[in-house]
Amino acid sequence: MPTIPAAKAKAEYDVVIVGSGAAGGQAAYTLTLAGLKCVMLEAGRSYDPLRETPMFNPPHQAPLMGERTPDKPFGFYDATVGGGWEVPGEPYTSAHTQPHEQFTWWRPRMLGGRTNHWGRISLRNGPYDFKPRSRDGLGFDWPITYDDVEPYYTKVEMLIGVYGSNEGLENTPNSPPDVLLPPPKGRAAELLSQKAGRKIGVPVIPIHRAVLTRTQDWQNIPAKLHPGNAWAQKIVGQSMKSRLACFWATPCGRGCDIKANYQSTTVHLPPAMATGNLDIIPNAHAREVIVGKDGKATGVLFIDKTSGNEARVKGKAVILAAGACETVRILLNSKSNSFPNGLANSSGLVGKYIMDTVGARLGGHVPALENLPPHNEDGAGGGHFYAPWWLYQQQKAGKLDFARGYHVEMGGSRDMPGGDNPVPDDMGKGSYGTKFKEDARRYYGSFVGYAARGEMIPNEHCYCDLDPAVKDKWGIPVLRFHWKWSDHEINQARHAQQTFAELIEAMGGTPHLPRPPRERPPGEVIEKPGSIIHEVGGTIIGEDPTKSVCNGWQQAWDVKNLILCDGAPFASNADKNPTLTIMALAWRACDHLVEEAKKGNL
Amino acid sequence: MSTNDPVQLPVTTEDGGRVTRRQAMQWVMAAVAASAAPGGAFAQEVGRTTTPQEKALKEQVPVPVPHGYGVDPQLRKVYEPGAFWPLTLNDAQKKAATALADTILPEDKYGPAASDVGVIEMLDEWVSAPYPDQQADRPVILEGLAWIDAESSQRFGKSFADVSDDHKRAICDDVCYAATAKAELKKSAHFFSRFRSLAAAAYYATPQGWKAIGYVGNVQLPRFDGPPPEVLAKLGVTQTVQ
Repeated sequence: MPTIPAAKAKAEYDVVIVGSGAAGGQAAYTLTLAGLKCVMLEAGRSYDPLRETPMFNPPHQAPLMGERTPDKPFGFYDATVGGGWEVPGEPYTSAHTQPHEQFTWWRPRMLGGRTNHWGRISLRNGPYDFKPRSRDGLGFDWPITYDDVEPYYTKVEMLIGVYGSNEGLENTPNSPPDVLLPPPKGRAAELLSQKAGRKIGVPVIPIHRAVLTRTQDWQNIPAKLHPGNAWAQKIVGQSMKSRLACFWATPCGRGCDIKANYQSTTVHLPPAMATGNLDIIPNAHAREVIVGKDGKATGVLFIDKTSGNEARVKGKAVILAAGACETVRILLNSKSNSFPNGLANSSGLVGKYIMDTVGARLGGHVPALENLPPHNEDGAGGGHFYAPWWLYQQQKAGKLDFARGYHVEMGGSRDMPGGDNPVPDDMGKGSYGTKFKEDARRYYGSFVGYAARGEMIPNEHCYCDLDPAVKDKWGIPVLRFHWKWSDHEINQARHAQQTFAELIEAMGGTPHLPRPPRERPPGEVIEKPGSIIHEVGGTIIGEDPTKSVCNGWQQAWDVKNLILCDGAPFASNADKNPTLTIMALAWRACDHLVEEAKKGNL
Repeated sequence: MSTNDPVQLPVTTEDGGRVTRRQAMQWVMAAVAASAAPGGAFAQEVGRTTTPQEKALKEQVPVPVPHGYGVDPQLRKVYEPGAFWPLTLNDAQKKAATALADTILPEDKYGPAASDVGVIEMLDEWVSAPYPDQQADRPVILEGLAWIDAESSQRFGKSFADVSDDHKRAICDDVCYAATAKAELKKSAHFFSRFRSLAAAAYYATPQGWKAIGYVGNVQLPRFDGPPPEVLAKLGVTQTVQ
């Protein structure tokens, strides 16, 4: 991707965008195609998936068979080429000592951010998910409704390409006809899970993922995305035409050099660059938003990591899309006489109500899946099926001891082997020699795993602030995380493990569950906060400037030309993976910004 | 590479500078401590004094490379073991590892023997790696290899690689399953389990291993048909996505 060094930045832009992932990519796409001049700051290096993606590389050609290491926490071939759980010189701290209450923070440092390696799961929030407090009295309602966001879900799905089916289930919205791409066929373990789900009342259906199961309709979609803008249609059509359909091989987490799945670097940024309206400055670590005497944002102060020097870019508006907690860090560090507690923080709520997704998992062994005839189950490089939350009515009737739901993701295919032992000792019972090889063949593909992705309710104990003592290598104060799960999350995780045990037993299998979930301590049922990498909240959206940080258009209440575009404005964190909603909201917020610009309000 | 003088190692720190002698000594001392402690336990467990092999093992300085491949290695390259850090197994260790890996994963109708597909080199890379998990495996594997030669010498008068297949199996049968191994052989059974695990992880990472286990993917397909009819029939399911 062509980029510019900090010194080559223009004197002023219409909009400064901090971050290049799902939110920054969408913002750049929407704004540049509307004719606005933008500059994008990315803290990591430039990255070109077309040249760098290890598509078919087998594990024996990687160090340590491609297994996870502290350098590559998701394995050698994972697309992430910078940052991670720890970033040298950029620490963060935790106010807690209990492992299950220590927030762990994934910070990718590369162009495109985490969209290069993400799971591509693209689920719409439903109508309930924007008004959770109205349903059960907990957390916060959003000032917008599903109907406000629906047109943008549809536009994003058409742009990035999402496979799936419309099943009409409760709070699990259908897309309009012909928007979704065909779902891939079920694999053996997925079909068996579906059958088991029917026995115990869990609806297993095709999942929605941002992978092209056929080429996009590049001749007709652009006109639907950009009506009346022939120039934008042409650019977007060319970009779509260059993407190939999935060829049913290679895991999506490595990225995709045929552009069959969505990543910001293959879908959002190329058309934005083609407009000629975007400059990208990599290795730019944002420090603070600069504010003028009139209280409006005038640009961003950043560290040019290539020189270690401070630099500035100016804009008529600023978009923070750095990842929810990074956005918080930048705002809290943007202190001035007018904003002594940090920018956009007159409510005192910047950094408050951060959320992750509730994670719980369980695996098991299913004899029915042993010794299946060899067949190719690589599929679309990720899951084909899932179960959306199905107990809304029981929850409403007060029959469950937690208030919000989870969906079920599943694994268990005949994945690419290598890097781990295919025969657990307790099953091989000491086998070696040809008997071991027979065991390996027998058990390969017979292990299933289920993961819950559940809604966490925002609470006042989960927040981040500036650590009073610790600074990063450039002297910038770093974030300190505070965390406490409520019983809603712990009980939900226990319920999920119980469900998974029942699913595995319904398949005739044995769950790997040493004792009932009810008897397990929280640390054994719920994943560490932050570990699901669905950080949202911290600058929540609302109707009341004293009880929220930004309005329904994601403009900071205190600084109207400062738009918060990543997950930070989320007032709740539905079980649905946040990326699709982040993109839909970013497109919507940027459309509004364009309207304001046309009125001369920038 | 093996050396007793840590300051001669070509080590660099993350910011490109050379490490100090003090840092290097700390790594070496930590590594020696990690390797020596369980070794003593092995010697005690079988009720005999330290063998020459075990003595040599204690004197072999583990690999104090300060860092691995970093967060941004070239991902599309083909790497051979040793590309990022020196391999450290000596000839006797390689010989024992080859004999054991080929006993666990022999040449048969499913495919070639472990040593023919690079398993020993991958094991060497693993136990020579600077990361915590691999450093934890290093003493388990090295002491286990020393144990199996010592055990073989004691019972059959030759090192493990040089005894007959029947004798190899006699030794393996005692330690191949930790749950039923005799109390005094539990540690050796733990070694055998870990060695089998790593050898299998390496074996099934290769194209020959894929064939042996029945993996037929990592190839472009024009369409994805899902499981074939005989698989659906065996499972008693129907394809629900048309």
